[in-house]
Amino acid sequence: MRRHRRAALELLGPIGLLVAVGLIGSGTSASTREDFVGTLIAATTVIAIYVFVGNSGVISFGHISFVALGAFAAGVMTIPALIKPTVLPELWPFIADNEIASTASLFLAAGLGALYALVVGVPLMRLSGLAAGIATFAVLEITHNVLRFWEKIGPGAKTLSLVPTTTGTGTATIGAVIAVAVAFAYQRSRRGRLLRASREDGAAAQAVGVRIHRERLLAFVLSGALAGLAGGLLVHQLGSITTEQVYLELTFLTLAMLVVGGVGSLWGATVGAVLVSFLDTVLADAEDGVGLGPVEVTLPNGASLVILGVLMTLVLLLRPSGITGGREFGLPSDRGAGRWRRFGR
Amino acid sequence: MNVLQWVVDGIALGAVYALVAVGLALVFGVMRLINFAHGELITAGAYTLALTAAWPRAASVTACVLVAVALALATERVAFRRLRGATVSTALVTTFAVSFALQAVWLMAFGPEGRTADVLTTLNRAAVRGDVDLRWVTIVELVVGGALVAGVALLLNRTSIGLQMRAAAADPRAARLLGVRANRVIAFAFLLAGFLAAVVAILLTVQTPLVTPTFGLQITILALVGVVVGGIDRLPSATAGGFAVGFATAVLGNALPADERVFLPSFTFLLVIVVLLVRPAGLFAPLRASAVDRV
Repeated sequence: MRRHRRAALELLGPIGLLVAVGLIGSGTSASTREDFVGTLIAATTVIAIYVFVGNSGVISFGHISFVALGAFAAGVMTIPALIKPTVLPELWPFIADNEIASTASLFLAAGLGALYALVVGVPLMRLSGLAAGIATFAVLEITHNVLRFWEKIGPGAKTLSLVPTTTGTGTATIGAVIAVAVAFAYQRSRRGRLLRASREDGAAAQAVGVRIHRERLLAFVLSGALAGLAGGLLVHQLGSITTEQVYLELTFLTLAMLVVGGVGSLWGATVGAVLVSFLDTVLADAEDGVGLGPVEVTLPNGASLVILGVLMTLVLLLRPSGITGGREFGLPSDRGAGRWRRFGR
Repeated sequence: MNVLQWVVDGIALGAVYALVAVGLALVFGVMRLINFAHGELITAGAYTLALTAAWPRAASVTACVLVAVALALATERVAFRRLRGATVSTALVTTFAVSFALQAVWLMAFGPEGRTADVLTTLNRAAVRGDVDLRWVTIVELVVGGALVAGVALLLNRTSIGLQMRAAAADPRAARLLGVRANRVIAFAFLLAGFLAAVVAILLTVQTPLVTPTFGLQITILALVGVVVGGIDRLPSATAGGFAVGFATAVLGNALPADERVFLPSFTFLLVIVVLLVRPAGLFAPLRASAVDRV
């Protein structure tokens, strides 16, 4: 019983947090709501990265490639076919002539993300350590370079605009909850546990028959699908996007969110994304002046980024395994009970 | 443009990249830390040059070196010293965060449009004209790059502190037991890295005098790629890797036709992936070296 309750809490903690973000966001003014939607999309992205990085222990700088692909595919395919030839004249005919609904484009984004991850993952999942880090980074560079200059598949260096803005708090919450559910189901499944075993001790896992390459590839494809979905949600929130928005800065920011929260747990990924997004928003607002009780505080322009960087550094130095310490969500009593039970057996 | 010209340009750019690679590899050697904030040392040096452009040249160059070294020592003392027990991914992301914070400082202090550092732009004059155009800066890059790499090699192989650094790189625990003082060795590695970053800043500003907040970022990323592709565990292989990336960037940039040149990064990084798949421990690493497994 207790075991099931703990598992339920591990799932309901992150979902509860994200639904709360969505609910609070839907009650705010139109401009503030965008910050909440942004938080939910960031959480989806970070959870996507967590599915691979957290479970496999292999670092990836390439996941924003899948976000980028999802964003541009969903964006290009939902621009009305009537105006598409005028704004994007170089497109291939089958992209230019077709148009799909926003919801369908999210499935397309997730599917393309998974497919791309599969193609990239088959050779790359053999690598670990630094080599894996640099190779996935190379994927990010190639994706960015191709999207930026190949005008047959997208806008190239121009801004992709006129994308229907259909991601509100509702859609974003559903997307983030799907990401949590997939991540949770995977990490508790047999395959997920095999991969986590290989994270703890690769040699021992291989010795008992875990096929590390296969397990990593599955996690990579799953996380590619979720990252693609996050990209689709993102483009339908913003309405317009450039390749620079899904490149280095987003890579660093999402990885920082994951590490600040705690790489080792789904709860850590969720908390890190929500907390850092929240901080980012509050600090950016403070640059325009914010009332703290009777005092009006105005930060100098650019100070918010400095503070954010310093705070992230501090968290990493003081709590190297993240705010959650890599633990899943649970009530204090359960945590203690679990520890004793294991001891007693 | 002939092939010889490409080679000369390639070697000159490769020398600059090699200096960045040496700075990264020195710090990695003593504390297993990929110092992503190395680029900020370069940026800091370049901004110093821009701000002291009115000073006499020697004073300006000295200030550049002092600022870069001071920042290197400060980041080590304030942030990176606490990372010694951390996992490599936490350490790496911490250096990201430091780099991010410093870039935000540059942006806040100096604005996004950039400052001009035209301290040594006279080096852009041609030294030799003819089949191969040779500018003074190319010669300086070659000489300084070669001399500094040789100097670091001598330092590591012929001095006591160099021996201690190599000992710490080979086996930190045994080195400590034998009386190598970690703080001193690591600080010294950062000092050297700061000095090398200042030299890179001086060389880079000759060709691109406009200093923006991301001035040092791009070259650091590319040199880091080169270092890992070459083999980060040993200084010669890391240096060769950095050089190779600089060389390849320059030569491919010249060799590809203009409309394909935009896809140059794709070709370079595709090559990187292929090399990593074939030789995960590094292109220039010893044949039987095991794959680097530290992130």
